[in-house]
Amino acid sequence: MTVSKLQRYNWILVVLGLTSGCSSTFEPWVKPYERDNLADPIMSMNRNPVSSSYTNHVYQAREGARGAEGGAGGGCGCN
Amino acid sequence: MELGADVAVIRQKMKSPQGTVRRLIIRLVFACIILGLFVWQASAAVLPQDRSDAMYHSYEGGGISIDGPSILLRKKIGNKVSVSANYYVDTISGASIDVLATASPYSEERTENSVGVDFLHNKTLMSVNYTSSSENDFEAESFHLGVSQDFFGDLTTLTLGYSKGNDEVGKTGDDSFLELAERHNYQIGITQVITKNMILGLSVENISDQGFLNNPYRSVRFLDPNTERGYSFESELYPNTRKSNAAAITANYYLPYRASVYGEAKIFSDSWGIQANTYKLGYIHTFGDDWIVELRARHYQQDKADFYQDLYTRSAEFNFRARDKEMSTFNNLSLGLSVSYEFQFSTDSLLKKSTLNLDFEHVNFDYDDFRNVLSNASTEVVPVGTEPLYQFSANITRLYLSIFY
Repeated sequence: MTVSKLQRYNWILVVLGLTSGCSSTFEPWVKPYERDNLADPIMSMNRNPVSSSYTNHVYQAREGARGAEGGAGGGCGCN
Repeated sequence: MELGADVAVIRQKMKSPQGTVRRLIIRLVFACIILGLFVWQASAAVLPQDRSDAMYHSYEGGGISIDGPSILLRKKIGNKVSVSANYYVDTISGASIDVLATASPYSEERTENSVGVDFLHNKTLMSVNYTSSSENDFEAESFHLGVSQDFFGDLTTLTLGYSKGNDEVGKTGDDSFLELAERHNYQIGITQVITKNMILGLSVENISDQGFLNNPYRSVRFLDPNTERGYSFESELYPNTRKSNAAAITANYYLPYRASVYGEAKIFSDSWGIQANTYKLGYIHTFGDDWIVELRARHYQQDKADFYQDLYTRSAEFNFRARDKEMSTFNNLSLGLSVSYEFQFSTDSLLKKSTLNLDFEHVNFDYDDFRNVLSNASTEVVPVGTEPLYQFSANITRLYLSIFY
């Protein structure tokens, strides 16, 4: 592998270096036992998927905008 | 020490003529995404909950009625796979103002079927979904692939998605009419736990279309002094490509008495010149363990497509022409209410719980440059192009039973 090819892939090393530090030392500021409220269904961005999917369809058919519907999912890992 | 070496590499990269800062940032983002999926395995991704939903939906407004059922089934197979299936029907009758101005009311049915599989593999959640939609003059199918991963101590969830859709567009009364279109969707979403009571979400989606993007039944109107009413209609003509971007930010906050508030702001723009924004605000309140009541408001505003006009000065005035009211400048405001009642089953029962839900929305649409050409039929005749602006309201109802097992 030439020096230029090594340079091309050094971005992987950069991220690996940064992330290895993060993953080994990272302490979540909201502990698993503090996530009762986040796990409550009333905090879900998609509590009723059949109803929200229908609502998105109704608006999409009548508006010019489209995309980025609904949330990206739960963030507490506690479905 | 390790960090210092990384910074040195970044500096060297920024100084080199080929390694621009922009390229480096893009590479870092992609690297984070890839490594987010494959390096942080100490996560708690979970399969979706087993549930079945049976829904009746109804839309009434603007001269049309649409209703029908929707059935969703979702079940885990072992600890790593969850399968789902959805059956959905729209029964449409009546006609919107676009159709009434140039044709007769109609009735038709659209049936949509979708199947999906979710895989939990090394604590990464992957989903595959196939949807097909069929009506007498339109066939569509789409394929979706999604990946979701929790990391940073499960405080952050990253979701990536890709969909591809194919449409076959026909026209009632013209058997020789067949046009095709295809669509690519790219989605990325991040959900972040901020505090033990607050979650923020960001989602971005890029959609590109190619092919026949018109509605074959819609027409534009142009001044025509040879007719009694002073104007005539001719077919719309849209560009055969469209690219759009949408970005939404959401926030959910848990209140101390088991209630929550949420908000969403979304911006949208596309290559046709449409710019839009949407704002949503909701409040969810619980009464005891069994009742959940939600109140919400949503406001949407858009600016018209570059090639939209309510009235053209002559036939074929421009290469691209539209008078589809969805392409015009307008806004709508909707107010909604949902009520859910939850039944708890005994712990030794096969079923965990069930909910009976009623969702209702009232929406008002106000158009800024789409005129009501039908108003002349019942009131005094006004000069062409000065008809009253169109507006209408609609009621959207969903009644459904959900069973969790």
